[in-house]
Amino acid sequence: MPEMATVEVSFTALPAHVRTARLVATAVARRSGVDEALLDEVRLAVGEACSRAVEAHRLYCPAEPVRIALTDSAGRFEVEVTDTGGAGRGDLTAADGITAAAEPGGSQRLEHGLGLAVIAGLADDVQISESPGGVSIRMSWPAVGLGR
Amino acid sequence: MDLKLDHHTKDGIEVVDVEGEIDVYTAPRLRELLIELVNSGYYQLVVNMEKVEFLDSTGLGVLVGGLKRVRAHDGSLDLVCTQERILKIFRITGLTKVFGIHDTVDEAITARKAEK
Repeated sequence: MPEMATVEVSFTALPAHVRTARLVATAVARRSGVDEALLDEVRLAVGEACSRAVEAHRLYCPAEPVRIALTDSAGRFEVEVTDTGGAGRGDLTAADGITAAAEPGGSQRLEHGLGLAVIAGLADDVQISESPGGVSIRMSWPAVGLGR
Repeated sequence: MDLKLDHHTKDGIEVVDVEGEIDVYTAPRLRELLIELVNSGYYQLVVNMEKVEFLDSTGLGVLVGGLKRVRAHDGSLDLVCTQERILKIFRITGLTKVFGIHDTVDEAITARKAEK
C-alpha cells in the first residue's frame, strides 16, 4: 500500500549540527532505497543546503531552527531544507562565486555560490524558491521505496 | 570523524596532511592553519587530501583562499588527491583548472620543483 513516509529534523543553526543533518539524511536515503552510488551525492548536497541555511540564520535569526524534511514518495527520495533567514537579500544571485572571491569580503559569497553550484551539479532535480520568510531548497533522487 | 591537521617540511615545501571531514564546522581550523603558515613565511604548500573523507564548498572556499594568499607572495598551493568522491567536487565546480592536483606528495613536489 503506497503511502508517504516523512522524517523531519529541526536543528539549532550551528555549524556543528550540519554533520548530524548529513548523517540523518544519508541514513533515511539508504532506507528509502536510494542507490548506494548516489548516497555520496545526497550527503554532499544536503550538507551544502544545510550549511547555506545555517549561515543565513546566523546572520539574520540565530535563535530560529533550520528545518529539513526527508520524504520517500512515489519512487523519489525528496529533501527539503527550509530557512527562515529572510529572503530577498540577493545571496542567491552570488552564483558567480569565483569573481566574488576577488572582491573584498567576498569569501563568504564565494562559498554560498559554490554551495549552490555543488547542489546543482549533484542533485538529480533541484528547485530553489524564495518566499518572504526565507529560502527553501528542494532536491530529489530516485528511490525504490524499500522503507515501506 | 573530526578533522585532524598536521604539517611538515619536505624538500623545502610545506606539506599539510588533512584527515577527516572538512565542512562548515571544521573548515575554519584549516583556514587558520593555512593563514598561520603563510604568516610564518611558508609560501610553497602541498595539501595532502588522501585521508579526507568529506569535503564541501566551505572547504573548497578555504583552499581557494589559501591559494590567493600564497599567490600574493608568488607562492603555490598544490593538492594531492586520488579519491574519486573528492575529485568530483573539484570537477563540478571547475576548480580542477585552478589547482594542480597530483597522485602523491612526491609527485606534487617534483612537479612544483620542475616549474621553478
